[in-house]
Amino acid sequence: MSIDLKTIKHISKLSRISVDEKRAEKLAGDLNSIFDFIEKLNELKTDKVKPLTSIAETTLKLRSDEVKSKNIREQIIKNSPQDNEDYFVVPKVIE
Amino acid sequence: MSDITKLSLTELVENIKNKKLSSTEITKAFIERSEKSKELNAYITDDFTSALDKAKKFDQKPNLDLKLPGIPMAVKDLFCTKNIKTTAGSKILNNFVPTYESTVTENIWNEGAILLGKLNCDEFAMGSSNETSFFGNVQNPIDKDLVPGGSSGGSASAVAGQLTPITIGTDTGGSIRQPASFTGTVGLKPTYGSCSRYGIVAFASSLDQAGPMAQNVKDCALLQEVISSYDTKDSTSIDFKRNKYSKELTNNIKGKKIGIPKEYRVDGMPKEIEDLWQKGIQYVKDCGAETIDISLPHTSYALPTYYIVAPAEASSNLARYDGVKYGFRAKGENLIDMYEKTRSEGFGAEVQRRIMIGTYVLSSGYYDAYYLKAQKVRKLIKNDFDEVYKKVDAILTPSTPSSAFKIGEKTNDPVSMYLNDIFTVPVNLAGLPGISIPAGHDSKGYPLGLQIIGKAFDEQNILNIAYAMEEKINFKNKITDWWIK
Repeated sequence: MSIDLKTIKHISKLSRISVDEKRAEKLAGDLNSIFDFIEKLNELKTDKVKPLTSIAETTLKLRSDEVKSKNIREQIIKNSPQDNEDYFVVPKVIE
Repeated sequence: MSDITKLSLTELVENIKNKKLSSTEITKAFIERSEKSKELNAYITDDFTSALDKAKKFDQKPNLDLKLPGIPMAVKDLFCTKNIKTTAGSKILNNFVPTYESTVTENIWNEGAILLGKLNCDEFAMGSSNETSFFGNVQNPIDKDLVPGGSSGGSASAVAGQLTPITIGTDTGGSIRQPASFTGTVGLKPTYGSCSRYGIVAFASSLDQAGPMAQNVKDCALLQEVISSYDTKDSTSIDFKRNKYSKELTNNIKGKKIGIPKEYRVDGMPKEIEDLWQKGIQYVKDCGAETIDISLPHTSYALPTYYIVAPAEASSNLARYDGVKYGFRAKGENLIDMYEKTRSEGFGAEVQRRIMIGTYVLSSGYYDAYYLKAQKVRKLIKNDFDEVYKKVDAILTPSTPSSAFKIGEKTNDPVSMYLNDIFTVPVNLAGLPGISIPAGHDSKGYPLGLQIIGKAFDEQNILNIAYAMEEKINFKNKITDWWIK
């Protein structure tokens, strides 16, 4: 199995992380050595094994649907990278 | 009184309760030592001025019924602390000031402790040497240019270097136990669901657990008692009867059955580690416990499984860092360009690598081959433990396959770095508790640790075994204060 530059470009797009040519080559090398190591799992037959979906075998508790945090708009936008009193501001999306 | 920082947490609490020391005296002593210890780079953010104010306030009206009365404490910078910058060791959170407190730290302050500051760690807890931190690597107090382990490297360095009497870290694949082992300290990774994950910067949600890092087992038990709680703010928090770990601590482990798994005897493991393990086996026998040879047949598959599951969860968790609502934002020509540049400039190399692995194993066409496969193998690994726990009460293994290595020694080879966690990762995959205790030194004088793995929710039992072994081992950490001029 080999991860080529085209695959790296594809993953980088899915991850929303821009990667230049030089970095893409380095990443391909790293990922290939990591996946060579991961391939070991193919030694195991797992057709009849049920996947682990929850580490703690408990059912989730139900709770009543109540508002517990009120009037925290200021707190929520306090760490916003671009200052605006009421909204999160992003680059223009609609032309 | 310069010896204050040499006292254990238990001794400090006693001194406060007997009114032999004030919170101000203790807090001052740790601040002074922390200020002289900048070279360790253990802190990312300090809160010394406010700590001293809080100590003075405590002394004016001391509540001595609390478990951590007026005790100063620094914590890993992965725990959100209200109005104190919380970075997770990343550039992307360099300007993030939480408006809320993590449950674990809240529990600590409610018992009277005082925040000293936030400790360095690998970026988003991804690393085994503290070298992936945006804020630079951390020095191990044991020796110059030696890594303290990771990801809770700043925490381990701060406890071993006596900059804080005790601390908390987080452990996703060994991030408490491995640095504890590298610095001659005690580190406990509790059962999954024991400590709330609310307010902890998420890495891999099905593996992450907070836990204490301490100078000795008793201190560790006391802090575990404080941080472990059922919390409705974390839907995976488990409501079970929690012990008074420090009060119920006993060195009587007569008749306990302790498993020795043959698969932990890995190729290329230094003889020193094997010898240490044999010594550990002798110690538990001397304490009246019985050892039984056991097999955990899927052990060698744990690390490859981990390197699918953890990055998959990380790629999903870290999708939230998009430059929109908080954290670092890069300038972009449009929204997508802004996302891509923010994440490319904001995340370091290791974090990007893991996001990429995670995205790949979850992507269309590869999900079954990688992610589903890994979740099946994870089940087999858990079954291994379930099976042996029909016969034994706990398991004894080395904590790490080597002692601490030099800064820069493994940074160019991700797989060799990952192999550090070979003995700790299975515990996270199975959601079990594990504790690392210092058990000896190698030929270079660097500390080596032994790990005791317990049944789920059986922290008391592994703390007791650790406590009994600690007495026999009588470990002395060799701290020369080399960094203090």
